Amino acid sequence: MKTVEEIKAAIEAAVPGAGLEIVPNPSPSAQHSLLLRPESAIAVATFLRDDGELALDFLSNVTGVDWLDKEIAEKVKVTRQVSRPVEGGEPGQVQMVEETVEETRKHVQSGYLEVVYHLFSMAKKHGPVVLRMRTENRTDRVELPSFTPVWRSAEFQEREIFDLFGVVFKGHPDLRRLLMWDEFKDHPMRRDYVDPDDFEYEPTAHDEVLKRAQEHNEKQGLGT
Amino acid sequence: MAVDQNLKIELGKQGVFVTTIEELYNWGRRSSIWPMQFGLACCAIEMIATTMARYDLARFGAEVFRPSPRQADMMIISGTVTKKMAPQVVRLYNQMAEPRYVIAMGACAISGGPFKQGYNVLKGIDRYIPVDVHIPGCPPRPEALIQAFMTLQKKIDAQPLTGEGRPRHLDANAPGEFPVPVQGEHDLEPAANKNVWTVPKIIQ
Repeated sequence: MKTVEEIKAAIEAAVPGAGLEIVPNPSPSAQHSLLLRPESAIAVATFLRDDGELALDFLSNVTGVDWLDKEIAEKVKVTRQVSRPVEGGEPGQVQMVEETVEETRKHVQSGYLEVVYHLFSMAKKHGPVVLRMRTENRTDRVELPSFTPVWRSAEFQEREIFDLFGVVFKGHPDLRRLLMWDEFKDHPMRRDYVDPDDFEYEPTAHDEVLKRAQEHNEKQGLGT
Repeated sequence: MAVDQNLKIELGKQGVFVTTIEELYNWGRRSSIWPMQFGLACCAIEMIATTMARYDLARFGAEVFRPSPRQADMMIISGTVTKKMAPQVVRLYNQMAEPRYVIAMGACAISGGPFKQGYNVLKGIDRYIPVDVHIPGCPPRPEALIQAFMTLQKKIDAQPLTGEGRPRHLDANAPGEFPVPVQGEHDLEPAANKNVWTVPKIIQ
């Protein structure tokens, strides 16, 4: 099968302005993935399915990933003017000296929701090719194009991701909750989902459950 | 009123069979408990195995799994009850005719099991409907289900037809219908039927 770089080149030749990026996978499996732009995603997907050489006719898996806001600390070298007393000069006499200081700058990279597609070819017996798409943020701009018109098997899996992560797939024929009930609010697989405090006695509470037990007991005034 | 056991044997030797209405009635009831054909998760596979030739639930008169709640005497809650499924389980129970019995099979059905602290699993079906026999295990072996059957048969046998502890269909004041919980924004509402289940006391 073609490598990710070759697939990227093939897509870019067929779909002008696809704007792909390779997301490297540093692990031994080296399953690098292609990051698609939502605007051109359908054209790329159709190409991957219909291309004679790739013939990726089977969408095996759709996964959701929730990436929270991340604080990134960078060390930057900054030169600045510092006043110093002149050596051997009169007291109080200063001169401006340039000094290089290392500064830690922090900026927040806003979070996003990511959807990962694994494609295989039944005809050519190869795969997987991994595609990714990212939403603009986690709150209000969570729309992505649906691949259901291209691969029918995406239907239920995209519904599940809509249910559990809250990604809205545009062009999906039947976008309803799949696992949770219709009246349910929020998306339980999101990292910042807080479920209602319905903790009950647990004989061997540990880790997350122990934390919940302590929080619950504090609220109830039971002590730990 | 029970018949004296020795007298019964003595009369039996003379070709006279003596019994009570209660004994006869309960013998009839316990010898053909038809379960409802209804499985929820992996425990259902063990339930199916119990009905097949090797374990042969037919020995207990319970081989006829009815596809309709109207014709069933017993419900085996075989598996995880999710919060999405719980209202349907209670509704099916309501549709069964008295006398009716419930076996909660496996860790999930009795307490939520490994999914207890999850956001989508009910912490035991006994919150909404009265359960007669609980079987622990994940999943319980067919022998355990047979044990539960025998426990239930003993329980039916011991039920008097009048007075305290009589079966619900002979008690005009007993509740016939159990409220079906509503699916709310995060959890079922109410979280438990107060008349059926109360929070167990924790002794530390």
